[in-house]
Amino acid sequence: MKRVLPVLTVLLAIIAVWYVAAYFLNLNWATQQLAREGIEPTFSALFNNTMAQERPVLPAPHQVAVGLWDGLAGQKITSKRSLVWHGWVTLSATLAGFAIGTLAGILLAVGIVHSRAMDQSVMPWAVASQTVPILAIAPMVIVVMASVGVTGLLPKAIISAWLSFFPVLVGTVKGLRTPDAMQLDLMRSWNASASQVFWRLRLPSAMPYLFASLKVAIAASLVGAIVGELPAGATAGLGARLLSGSYYGQTVQIWSALFTAAALAGLLVLMIGWIERLTLKRMGLAR
Amino acid sequence: MTDPAGPVVEARGVDLTFQTADGPVHALKGVDLTINQGDFVSFIGPSGCGKTTLLRTIAALETPTGGGLTVNGMTPDEARKARAYGYVFQAPGLYPWRTIAQNIALPLEIMGFSKADRAERVQRVLELVDLGGFGGKYPWQLSGGMQQRASIARALSFDADILLMDEPFGALDEIVRDRLNEALLDLWARTGKTIGFVTHSIPEAVYLSTKIVVMSPRPGRITKVIDSPLPRVRPLEIRDSQEFIAIAHEVREGLREGHSYD
Repeated sequence: MKRVLPVLTVLLAIIAVWYVAAYFLNLNWATQQLAREGIEPTFSALFNNTMAQERPVLPAPHQVAVGLWDGLAGQKITSKRSLVWHGWVTLSATLAGFAIGTLAGILLAVGIVHSRAMDQSVMPWAVASQTVPILAIAPMVIVVMASVGVTGLLPKAIISAWLSFFPVLVGTVKGLRTPDAMQLDLMRSWNASASQVFWRLRLPSAMPYLFASLKVAIAASLVGAIVGELPAGATAGLGARLLSGSYYGQTVQIWSALFTAAALAGLLVLMIGWIERLTLKRMGLAR
Repeated sequence: MTDPAGPVVEARGVDLTFQTADGPVHALKGVDLTINQGDFVSFIGPSGCGKTTLLRTIAALETPTGGGLTVNGMTPDEARKARAYGYVFQAPGLYPWRTIAQNIALPLEIMGFSKADRAERVQRVLELVDLGGFGGKYPWQLSGGMQQRASIARALSFDADILLMDEPFGALDEIVRDRLNEALLDLWARTGKTIGFVTHSIPEAVYLSTKIVVMSPRPGRITKVIDSPLPRVRPLEIRDSQEFIAIAHEVREGLREGHSYD
C-alpha cells in the first residue's frame, strides 16, 4: 500500500488536470454548438458537451478509456480496427529493429574498443547519424527500399535500428572500457590473448552498461517503428493509426493509439529490466 | 632451469625514460641488481623513486630504454610468456561476477589447465592462504584482507617461480597487515618462491626481507642494497630485537643519503 499510494496520487492528479484541460480546450466548440442549437449555455450544459464531443480538441480521459477498450477488446484481433493487431504490426518491426540495432551497436563497439582506426572514424559518423532528423530519413529509406522491391517489415525495422544502435554503441563502448589499467596488466602478466581479455574481462564488465543502454534502445526502437509507419500511407501499425486519426480529426483514435504505444514501451522496458535482473543475478552481480 | 641458488633476476645498468608532454622523465637510471633464487627482496623509497617501475620492468609491463635485464636467463618478455611471474597489486582486482574459486581459476583457464587440474590447484592455494572454506563466496562477501589473500592465491595458482608484489598490503590497516606479513613469510618458507616486494614501510621491509633495496627519486636509482642478517624464520617479536632496530636504522640512513627526506 505504501508504494501504491504515491503512484495513485500522481495518477489521480494527472486525470484531474486532464479533465480540467479537456473542459477548457473544448469549451470554444461547445459554446458555438450550444448557440447553434439555441440551448442556454449553463455550466452543466457546457460541461456535458465538452466531455462528450465526437471530435474534441482534447478528449476526456473516459473517452480515451472507452476508445482503448473498444480497440483492444471490442474487436476481433485480426480486424483492422483492433489495436492488438496494429500493436502487433508495430511490435514485430520494433523487435526486428531492436535486434538489428543491438547487434550493430555491439559489433561497432567491439571494433571501436579494439581498433584505433575505428575509434577515430566510426564515432563521429555515429553521432552525425543521430543528428539527422529521423523524420527526414524515414521516407527515403521506405522509398529507396520499395524501389528495389523490399516493403513491409524490413524498411521499418531499419529505421528502428537507426535509432536504437546508437545508445547500445555508446553504452557498450563505455562498458568495454571500464576495466582499469591494473586489470589489463594482470591479464598481460598471464599472457592472455585479446579474445580472452574480451570474453573474460571486458564483456562481463560491460553488462550493467549494456542493459542500461538496451532499455533506452528498445524505447527508441518503438519510436523508430512508429515513425517508419508514417510515410508512404501505411495502413497497418500504430503509426498508421496515428496518421489516419489525424487526417480525419479522430482525436480519440490518436490518443488510444498513443496510449497503446506507451503501454507497449513500458512493457518492453520492464521486460529488459527483468532479463537484466536475471542475468546479473546469475553472474553474481546482484546483491 | 636455473641452479637453485643462482641469480633469477639480473639487472645491469637498466635505464628507463618516459617521454611525457613535459619532456623526458628518468624513471630509472643505472640500476644494477641481482636477485637470487629464494630471495625475499623489498624495494623501499619515497613516491617517485621508481620502485614500482622497477618491479613492472622485471614483469615486462614496462620496457627499459637502456641496459641489460634478464629473468631466468631470458628477456623479461620471454619470461612473462613462460609464466614466470605472479603479480599482486595494491588492490585485489578480483572480478565481482566470479566467486573466489573462479577468480583464482581465471589465470589457469587462460593458460589452458584442465578442469580437474584447475580444481585441485584452486583448492591447494586456497588452503595455502588460509581461505579453505571461502571458495564459493563472492569477493564482496569477504573483508579487504581476505580479498588480498585471495589475490595472492591467484598469483600462486599457476606455480610461477617469482612472486612480484606491489604494495600488496598498502590499503590495509596495521593489525591486518601484521597478520598478513606473518602469513606471507610462512608461505614463502613453505613454497621457496623468489619474492619482489614494493613497500613504503620500513618495519615491513625489514621484517620480511633477506635483501632490502633502498631507492631514491629524480632520477629513480638504487642508493643502497642491505643484506639482512636476520634468520629466515622470524616471529613477530623479532621486531623488538637489537638486530632488527639496527637494520631499520640502516635503511633510514640509506633513505637519508638519497635525500629522500628533503
